[in-house]
Amino acid sequence: MADTILNPVAEARGPRPKKAFSRANIFIYGTLLLVSVYYLLPLYVMIVTSFKGMPEIRLGNVFGPPLEPTFQPWVKAWAEACTGINCDGLSRGFSNSVKILIPSVTLSILIASVNGYALANWKFKGSETFFTILIIGAFIPYQTMLYPIVIMLREIKLMGSIWGLVLVHTVFGMPILTLLFRNYFTSIPDELFKAARVDGAGFWGIYFKIMLPMSLPIIVVAIILQVTGIWNDFLFGVIYTKPDTYPMTVQLNNIVNSVQGVKEYNVNMAATLLTGLVPLVIYFISGKLFVRGIAAGAVKG
Amino acid sequence: MATVSVKDLVLNFGAVKVLRDLNLNIPTGEFLVLLGASGSGKSTLLNCIAGLLDVTDGQIFIDDKNVTWSEPKDRGIGMVFQSYALYPQMTVKGNLSFGLKNAKLPKAEIEKRIERAASVLQIEPLLDRKPSALSGGQRQRVAIGRALVRDVDVFLFDEPLSNLDAKLRADLRVEIKRLHQRLKNTMIYVTHDQVEAMTLADRIAVMSQGIILQLDTPNVIYNRPANKYVAGFIGSPEMNFLDGSLSGAKADIFETDDKKIKLSGYTFSEQNRSSAQSAILGVRPEQVAVNDHAEAMPVTESVEVELVEPMGADTLVWSTFAKQPFRFRMEGTAIVSPGDKVKIGFDPAKASLFDTDTELRL
Repeated sequence: MADTILNPVAEARGPRPKKAFSRANIFIYGTLLLVSVYYLLPLYVMIVTSFKGMPEIRLGNVFGPPLEPTFQPWVKAWAEACTGINCDGLSRGFSNSVKILIPSVTLSILIASVNGYALANWKFKGSETFFTILIIGAFIPYQTMLYPIVIMLREIKLMGSIWGLVLVHTVFGMPILTLLFRNYFTSIPDELFKAARVDGAGFWGIYFKIMLPMSLPIIVVAIILQVTGIWNDFLFGVIYTKPDTYPMTVQLNNIVNSVQGVKEYNVNMAATLLTGLVPLVIYFISGKLFVRGIAAGAVKG
Repeated sequence: MATVSVKDLVLNFGAVKVLRDLNLNIPTGEFLVLLGASGSGKSTLLNCIAGLLDVTDGQIFIDDKNVTWSEPKDRGIGMVFQSYALYPQMTVKGNLSFGLKNAKLPKAEIEKRIERAASVLQIEPLLDRKPSALSGGQRQRVAIGRALVRDVDVFLFDEPLSNLDAKLRADLRVEIKRLHQRLKNTMIYVTHDQVEAMTLADRIAVMSQGIILQLDTPNVIYNRPANKYVAGFIGSPEMNFLDGSLSGAKADIFETDDKKIKLSGYTFSEQNRSSAQSAILGVRPEQVAVNDHAEAMPVTESVEVELVEPMGADTLVWSTFAKQPFRFRMEGTAIVSPGDKVKIGFDPAKASLFDTDTELRL
């Protein structure tokens, strides 16, 4: 009797069958779908609006695709929109932002990597205290430092210039970047450093020949952090520069928030998308490296 | 060729005393093994000799030159690490030449030295590979090669075989010994593995808690351990320790439980001893004779087998002697099972006697 009954458990063999529509799956994918819609819908509205003409926007169909697609808003946002007396669109802000971004990112990463290397491998008397002070710096609200920095920049005659802002960004990037590099270098086996010392390499020799070639993942992380952080910065930009040297974010704000005349929603959308393009491209290019680097730096600390 | 000597070396990490007034003299060409459990300070001592750690007090001499404040590269040392510590972004050749390039040696000389080291270590086919493409044994060979090309007088090994599997470890152990016989360099080798220490060393320094407990040839360390720690650390399975006391006019009788063991033929050390003081008698499991062989021994006893651990070549038997746990070794072919009675015997002349309080050899 017993052996004629098909017992599914006794027959079990090979991989366990999986149900495609289990309750857990529906819940997980349902949530993911909902969240995606929540984040993608505004982006969709921005994109379609930026390709519409003003008459079409006035009809009020926010979600409808453009009936007469036009590039005019993009052209206007980039080259013609007026902020104050300058009517050359966002292109001026873009070039300012690039001029601020490249030296800020390069300088801050160069300095922070040496900082992190020294703090991880060449411990000196008080190095831990120094590191703690540096980290505490990351937690002081920026607002308290705004005015003192204005005075300092004025005294060194950099107030209002791009180089003043570069200096501010470099200094403010120090705590987090130093932490990042220090933790990464700490995770590199100590014996490697010792071996290099026995082999006669000095401070810079070990840095350039041993440590730097091994730190590509963390450099990529630092680049992403700095590029997005500095590109998206508004506060420092608006305070330490003047209209001629405003970065792109400040100029975007001035275009979008101008109270005179008609609100050109299509131009505003196009301008916003243009401004967000740089961090977006960075993420797409380096997403994989970013995750790897964050993990590499975070495990040991 | 160089001597290495360490004078009154002290090293503190904050309040922790890692090395305490350490003295050590290593003659030219000696293979010295620093042996100890983790935390004994053996690796720290090696790092001090290498110049990778600043000492708190004391001096280090290499080839009669005071190198206490010298940079590692100026000490004439080569070092091999446990984790190999090969530079991952460089090829094997790059790894070997890194130190030589830093020393600004001419290109031809670098080539010559790499060629020679590669042939000694049989790594010629690997020269263009990256470390990640090498096996553990090959990596450690390259690491040894990196010390070799520097043409140094003193080799420092920091647990070089600990990361390898058992078979490779045995192979490389022999290779290191062969290397020493061929080069006749002074070598200082840190390990926690007593087999490595016994097989490689000219002399062993057994360390514990920042001091050297005994510095002698493997033979003496094994047969006449200076204190109970060394006796217990060296030898596998561990030595049996019997608690008891001394008696007799010459304090040459060891009493434990109801047994009186006359220590005839035992070579007493210079330590003071007195009748009625408590003492520990150490007997190595492999020095216990069994059955027919036991008859000839000065001390004999019939014991009951409690547990049997067959290990192939021999069998370890757990039993009780004088109401204390007692292990002894039998032939691998011996057939015993728990409950059996076995006759055992040992010669107290070959045993070790320690003071219970100071744990020093009596």
